[in-house]
Amino acid sequence: MTSEAVKPSLRGFLVDSLGHLVRGRLMYWAWLVLLLGLIALGGWHYTLQLREGLVVTNMTNQVSWGFYISNFTFLVGVAAAAVMLVVPAYIFHRKDLKDVVLMGDTMAIAAVTMAILFVVVDLGRPDRFWHLIPFIGRFNFPQSMLAWDVIVLNGYLLLNFGISFYIVFNHYRGREPSESRYFPWVLLAIFWAISIHTVTAFLYSANSARPYWHNALLAPRFIASAFASGPALMAIGLQVIRGISDYPIRQSVINHLALVAAIALQVTLFFLLADLFTDFYNEGEHAASARYLFFGLDGHSGLTPWIWTAVVLLTTAMLILMIHPLRKHPVYMNIAFVLTIVGVWIEKGMGLVIPAFVPTPIGEIYEYSPSLTEIMVSVGIWAFGLLLFTMLAKAALPVQCRFLREKNRRAGTERNPDSDPAVEPD
Amino acid sequence: MKNPDEKGAAPPGVNARRRFLQGLALAGGAGAAHAAFGAWGGSTLSDAFADFFQQHYQRMTEAEISEAITRIERKAKRRYGVDIQCDTTPAQQGVVFGYAINVSKCRGYRDCVHACVRENNLSRDTQYIRVIEMDRDSTDLRHGDHYYDHEQVPLDGKYYLPMQCMHCDNPPCVKACPVEATWTEPDGIVVVDYDWCIGCRYCMTACPYQARHFNWGSPALPPEEINTATHYLGNRPRPAGVVEKCHFCVQRTRKGRQPACQEACPTGARIFGNLLDPDSEIRYVLANKAIFRLKEDLGTEPKFWYFRDK
Repeated sequence: MTSEAVKPSLRGFLVDSLGHLVRGRLMYWAWLVLLLGLIALGGWHYTLQLREGLVVTNMTNQVSWGFYISNFTFLVGVAAAAVMLVVPAYIFHRKDLKDVVLMGDTMAIAAVTMAILFVVVDLGRPDRFWHLIPFIGRFNFPQSMLAWDVIVLNGYLLLNFGISFYIVFNHYRGREPSESRYFPWVLLAIFWAISIHTVTAFLYSANSARPYWHNALLAPRFIASAFASGPALMAIGLQVIRGISDYPIRQSVINHLALVAAIALQVTLFFLLADLFTDFYNEGEHAASARYLFFGLDGHSGLTPWIWTAVVLLTTAMLILMIHPLRKHPVYMNIAFVLTIVGVWIEKGMGLVIPAFVPTPIGEIYEYSPSLTEIMVSVGIWAFGLLLFTMLAKAALPVQCRFLREKNRRAGTERNPDSDPAVEPD
Repeated sequence: MKNPDEKGAAPPGVNARRRFLQGLALAGGAGAAHAAFGAWGGSTLSDAFADFFQQHYQRMTEAEISEAITRIERKAKRRYGVDIQCDTTPAQQGVVFGYAINVSKCRGYRDCVHACVRENNLSRDTQYIRVIEMDRDSTDLRHGDHYYDHEQVPLDGKYYLPMQCMHCDNPPCVKACPVEATWTEPDGIVVVDYDWCIGCRYCMTACPYQARHFNWGSPALPPEEINTATHYLGNRPRPAGVVEKCHFCVQRTRKGRQPACQEACPTGARIFGNLLDPDSEIRYVLANKAIFRLKEDLGTEPKFWYFRDK
């Protein structure tokens, strides 16, 4: 996509981007030091895990996937939510969203990278990663859903990186990127975003041995909750960026994301209700995992407080976002965003992964909670994702700001129609 | 200790791929090789290097397999001080193995479990076979006791249900593996290449019978109890971080012997044999007894049946 890029300016772009990374206020450096510290902590715990094996986790043959895969699942959801900016920006030509769509892509890049890292740290033999590389290793495609997931996640990473790079690079050169050249890729990325959810959900629902997952509603539930947590996380990220830079992020963008989250939360909770009804109206063996999660099974109820917390958080967030004055209130809106993120993290993390293993397909019950190593490694990966997002945003924002300022200056009187593009029902 | 590139037998494509991978290793794999040296099997650096580039079992040439076996035997010697023999006896023509358990004869002694542990060099925290103590009036596995531990068996009002890998004809675990590290051999045995498995454990989530076991740490294997007659796809000592499972004692059954669990059973509850041989005992059982299989509704087609005398 950068074929017409002439060498000197590409180099200038990279040098300038690096330059932006090493210029910053004290807060910026403090933030970097904090993140690097957490990454080092996680890295140290990961070396422990490499040395001893996955025995340092609390996973067992009964619950063979745990906290890592839970975080992976949540992050795949977040990654795909960038479409909630991309679709209105490019398909419905909302200018206010188009100005910030790049930040959505940036968040997607960080989220997919974290998701991939969570799978890597879950591998028993990360030294054999090359077995997964198509043609070089031995890739069980199209049979294995995990092989599909490798393709869609890496493809999504490449797509987002390519599109973002193309846009920022053109802005750097002070010109509007040619929409006819990158729009096909944007369209592809939209379908691809849905595919990363769907494939990841199929990864679970493919297991006929585990009734908790083996359920056609799993993929729709997955997408619904991702369209709540992703926009919520993005809305918070955008407000932070607005607070610390002069990047023009309009309130209409945040309001748009709040509305998306509100609708997605309603659908999420409706799907949850449909699942619970089907499980419990005529309760059978297929409902054992759901019973374990929501009510406890044979005296084991480690996840019960968590899932009810999630239900309460999500319901509260939905109510706040459904009531127009509250949704538009800067404080309540952000409370709802935080509740949504935490709620979905519980529900689409541990709440989705662990109960499928409790009881096991042959009826054993082993309760799982993450070990210190698992928590620390996960913190390290989250810190790495935040660092990646920070760096990408730090490098891209000055370019974007300069470009948008120039554009707005040129546009002059045309600004008015843009500034109030909201088509929200009220 | 030869460099893997020195072998003449490998086709040119393989060598080209190797060179590419070695380039990768120089760029970023040094850390992984070092970790393999420290943590994964107590190897020398050159063995760790050769292990890193070792191909999938089904893709190796004869020469590469024999080198891999030399390394396996050398590692066992270094690690356990034991001389093992590792072979690659292939499946016999016209043989597909199947198993049938006479539930009325099983009395829950678990001799099969312990014979399996010794025969297959299992880590002493792993058992391929589990015997579940079931209530006489129930077939619900969830209410069975997987870890019964009383002075005497059998208990009144109970029956005993042994379970292990069912070697499904339509195995969901094989479908799940992203790198084809597990597959069905021509004699119907579902095997794992322990040197190819990446340890993602997706096969474990796919298996409806809980038949797959992961090496969470280094296997705890007492050197003095090692069975030195091993098979590449069977009971050779396993590394940490990979999945393993029952392989119908491939090291015995491909040489015409019965699996260790069958031989150990004092009550004659276990019937193992060639499903393609119309005169075999297992074929008699399948033809004449009221047989059932576990979780047949999932369509995995286990080659593992149960029946009762009365």
